[in-house]
Amino acid sequence: MKSFDYIRATSVAEAVQAGGTGARYIAGGTNLLDLMKLEVMAPDTLIDITRLGLDQIEELDNGGLRIGALVPNADLAADMRVRRGWPVLSRALLAGASGQLRNKATTGGNLLQRTRCYYFYDTAAPCNKREPGSGCAAMEGFNRILGVLGTSDHCIATHPSDMAVAMQVLDAEVEIEGKDGTRRVELDEFYRLPGDTPHIETVLAEGELITAVILPPAPGGKHVYQKVRDRASYAFALVSVACVAKVEGGVLEDISLAFGGLAPKPWRNRAVEDLLKGQAPSEALFEQAAETLLAEAKGHGSNDFKIPLTRRTLVSVLGEATKGAAA
Amino acid sequence: MQVSLDINGASVALDLDARTTLLDALRNHAGLTGSKKGCDHGQCGACTVMVNGRRINSCLTLAVMHEDDEITTVEGLAEGNTLSPLQRAFISHDGFQCGYCTPGQLCSATAMLDEAAKGWPSNVTADLENATPLTDEEISERMSGNICRCSCYPGIVEAIREAADAPAQKTGAEA
Ligand SMILES: Cc1cc2nc3c(=O)[nH]c(=O)nc-3n(C[C@H](O)[C@H](O)[C@H](O)COP(=O)(O)OP(=O)(O)OC[C@H]3O[C@@H](n4cnc5c(N)ncnc54)[C@H](O)[C@@H]3O)c2cc1C
Ligand code: SF4
Ligand code: FES
Ligand code: FES
Repeated sequence: MKSFDYIRATSVAEAVQAGGTGARYIAGGTNLLDLMKLEVMAPDTLIDITRLGLDQIEELDNGGLRIGALVPNADLAADMRVRRGWPVLSRALLAGASGQLRNKATTGGNLLQRTRCYYFYDTAAPCNKREPGSGCAAMEGFNRILGVLGTSDHCIATHPSDMAVAMQVLDAEVEIEGKDGTRRVELDEFYRLPGDTPHIETVLAEGELITAVILPPAPGGKHVYQKVRDRASYAFALVSVACVAKVEGGVLEDISLAFGGLAPKPWRNRAVEDLLKGQAPSEALFEQAAETLLAEAKGHGSNDFKIPLTRRTLVSVLGEATKGAAA
Repeated sequence: MQVSLDINGASVALDLDARTTLLDALRNHAGLTGSKKGCDHGQCGACTVMVNGRRINSCLTLAVMHEDDEITTVEGLAEGNTLSPLQRAFISHDGFQCGYCTPGQLCSATAMLDEAAKGWPSNVTADLENATPLTDEEISERMSGNICRCSCYPGIVEAIREAADAPAQKTGAEA
């Protein structure tokens, strides 16, 4: 690990003041230290943000929830308000990592965790995300865990988070503090697609601090989070589907869907949702939804299997979300 | 830099490079070699300790970040020569073979029982809103962050179940 200056910030203002080029915030440290040990990341300054009081979950006047950036994943998953009103979020969190990691991993850090692409971790391999312009070893290499949607010729990495997929289906917003004040960005707009700059992953400017994630009021309906992985626990998703569905009078009145393991960001495709809305649930309809979702999907060899796997997972999730409601 | 850590109830002053992980501080500087290094990347659980009663991977956190926190390692689970109920159960159910993962298993299980007692759900909990009994399936899922290369999982699960079923126990980690 490269050496760095350590600063323990005592307020948001102090943290933001210290932030900027070469500096990194450290929250749970479960991703940043992992990468710093391998020198994939090598900040000059580490700003400890664990003592800023950003670890509260507050109810908002509109019925929504404000989740502090430092709320640990374990506490968020166990919060009774989340379990009752936004269960898809609890489910996604509980499907991720391990008990120990969830105790440390934070809301903000989870959103900003980096890809698990093997070559991103291997400093001897070319990787445009780690070293812009060096190439992409995954394109022709071992890419079974990598993306089939939203990728580019420069990078096919996926965003590995489970939590972010649930937040995406819930229309979450990210609250950001910078030297110029506070702003809010929809999670869907927060992540950038790789294009020819895969090293730039979000709209965060240097030194900006995530202070909270805002959830709109509890959506009701049936919540499902289905994660498919290589072992039953303590493994990243190959494919995951988050679903919030409302069935009324035998018809899918409303539905939101988000996907993990497929793309550089938690993936959402409104055309798929529009296709399902107002229709009576049926296997044929679900197959049509999968077709639309995967129309542009592109495999790279060892990850080709993700395309049929996603189709089957989506059909199964839609079946579960509408169970007993078939006309 | 000077860092003061509260380890197993004793205050310990250490002179550390800021890069030192909590695991390396415990093993190489505080002389507490009970906590083990398996992977050093959060993938095995051998380094599990409790910080303020919560289990974490000590390899993925910096010692300097834990000033004023209460750290409990495997050396702090027994009271003098009296082993904790969980430690005794690991012995009577053969919850280990080589023993390398055991300190992590013990710290993890101690804190896991507190999490379950607080009603925290897990990935296999069917009903998120109501407490579920700590079945073998629940124990396995909640302990999945601790890998045992000797595959002593049946003994580990039995030991934890016995400790969980025992009347109120002192865990060394006040919730
Ligand atoms: C073995 C293993 C298995 C895992 N399995 C899963 C899994 O199945 N599913 C899953 O979703 N995740 C999994 N994870 C990843 C884990 O969820 C992340 O490591 C964790 O969420 C990161 O949060 P953190 O607080 O520790 O972030 P840190 O490591 O502290 O930070 C990560 C990044 O975010 C930045 N940052 C942190 N907080 C802020 C903030 N408030 N504002 C601005 N920048 C910030 C940091 O500078 C850094 O760049 C796994 C991790 C490991 C090690
Ligand atoms: S897929 Fe992206 S992260 Fe992986 S090697 Fe290619 S450029 Fe790097
Ligand atoms: S040594 Fe920390 S998890 Fe393996
Ligand atoms: S007893 Fe040998 S690794 Fe678990």
